[in-house]
Amino acid sequence: MCGIAALQIKDPALRDRLGDLLHGMLCEVVDRGPDSAGISVYDDETLTASGSATVSLLGVTVTPDELHAATAAELPAGTELTVRGMGDTTLVNADVPVADLVHALRKAAPDARQIGRGTHVATLKGVGNPVELADEFGLVSRSGTQGVSHTRMATESAVTASGSHPFTVDDDLCLVHNGSFSNHATIRRTLRAQGVEFDSDNDSEVAARYLAVRLRAGDDLETALEHLKEEFDGFYTLVVTTKDGLAVVRDPIACKPAVIAETDQWVAMASEYRALAGLPGIENARLFEPAPGKVYTWAL
Amino acid sequence: MGTVTEIVIDLAATGVRTLNAALHEAADGESFQVLHPQGAHNVAVGITREVSVEVDGHVGYFAAGMHQRGDVTINGNAGPGVAENMMSGRVHVTGDVSQSAGATAVGGLLVVDGSTGARCGIALRGADIVVGGDVGHVTGFMAQAGRIVICGDAGDALGDSIYEARIYVRGSVASLGADCIEKPMRPEHLTELAELLAAAGRTESPDEFRRYGSARKLYHFDHDNEY
Repeated sequence: MCGIAALQIKDPALRDRLGDLLHGMLCEVVDRGPDSAGISVYDDETLTASGSATVSLLGVTVTPDELHAATAAELPAGTELTVRGMGDTTLVNADVPVADLVHALRKAAPDARQIGRGTHVATLKGVGNPVELADEFGLVSRSGTQGVSHTRMATESAVTASGSHPFTVDDDLCLVHNGSFSNHATIRRTLRAQGVEFDSDNDSEVAARYLAVRLRAGDDLETALEHLKEEFDGFYTLVVTTKDGLAVVRDPIACKPAVIAETDQWVAMASEYRALAGLPGIENARLFEPAPGKVYTWAL
Repeated sequence: MGTVTEIVIDLAATGVRTLNAALHEAADGESFQVLHPQGAHNVAVGITREVSVEVDGHVGYFAAGMHQRGDVTINGNAGPGVAENMMSGRVHVTGDVSQSAGATAVGGLLVVDGSTGARCGIALRGADIVVGGDVGHVTGFMAQAGRIVICGDAGDALGDSIYEARIYVRGSVASLGADCIEKPMRPEHLTELAELLAAAGRTESPDEFRRYGSARKLYHFDHDNEY
């Protein structure tokens, strides 16, 4: 069992409340997955200044100042660089291409694990109570276009920060998963043979890497998810976000719960209705469970 | 006629345990109104008194589970497992419900005005379920006894591995599950369907429905049964 809460803001006037609303949703799914959690927020100016690269790290063993110095040494002189510690996660911003920052951090922090990258999204993960993680993230005061949070009850791999969702494995691509894949080892081998590298033994990471490969090859999100449905066996409710939008898909058996609510101002998906109950205008929202095996997408 | 006093319980203030404790200790004939359920789990479960409960809003998992006496009306939607293991009495949901509605229910009547998710009436053991809208896939899975009435359409694998429950469908059936077949509507079926529709407050005519049940090929041991 895991908990998912995702929110996309349609009405720009509501963007300032993204974090506050997502926090309220997250609190209601904590007991579905109290061991660890992760949160991704898109387009918060203080986390991902527009155009600059953002990379999230786990397992940084030096102070933010030390990491700053080591990273600056790998980047062109005069690069604007910030390093922030947020609980288990370290968030790094720089006004360089994402690939350059990724490369610089591999040298500056070779033992750290990169758990998020892009120009729009900031990802934070940690072990422990999801609400404490949200506080470390300052989630309540975050603004933005969309966000996704996940509370994990680990089944397929260990309780670690790196095993937490979302899996943000390519630029601005996040995947959260409630369920378990049964053929992930086979697909992982196939992807490895194509040169794809993995960070964890987690089954959900395989789905994220698979989508990243398909999107890089030119699929749009809906097409990539249609392919995922063909390739992956198991139980899943997935939420996938990119800088362009949000998608929801459930496996054809649809054991894992999902409820969607949509108004003119926002669209939200959660494991249970109680996570949606506090959203503004919920009483007039279109409320439905996503149909089994159907891909739903909402563009930003 | 005496005045019926209604006991109002606001879940935003009291929580589910207080509600359920009050319902378990209620006197026969009492009425309850439950406010602000906000998707809470286990609302109004295990009622053994002849009470009337009205819940205003959407509820979460297992609402009115193990229901035994009296009636529960949910003015909203219900999450997974509404009225699961119901023994008797009546549960009415005015909106939609999620998966596994009425799972393993032994007796009583579950009425859903809207539609249900997957596996409605899974392992049904004798209760009746009347759904105003559509039902999801694998409805009536391994249902042993009882009746399921579907006024809308049925999803894939209806009645998969069904035992002796009877299923009535007014709309289309996406596909039948293993060992489930259409069966003729005899006069006794029209009669029981009319009673069920009336009990659920529905206006559909029994002759608009088709009946489905077990071909009885699967659950009797047969050495020729092969996968």
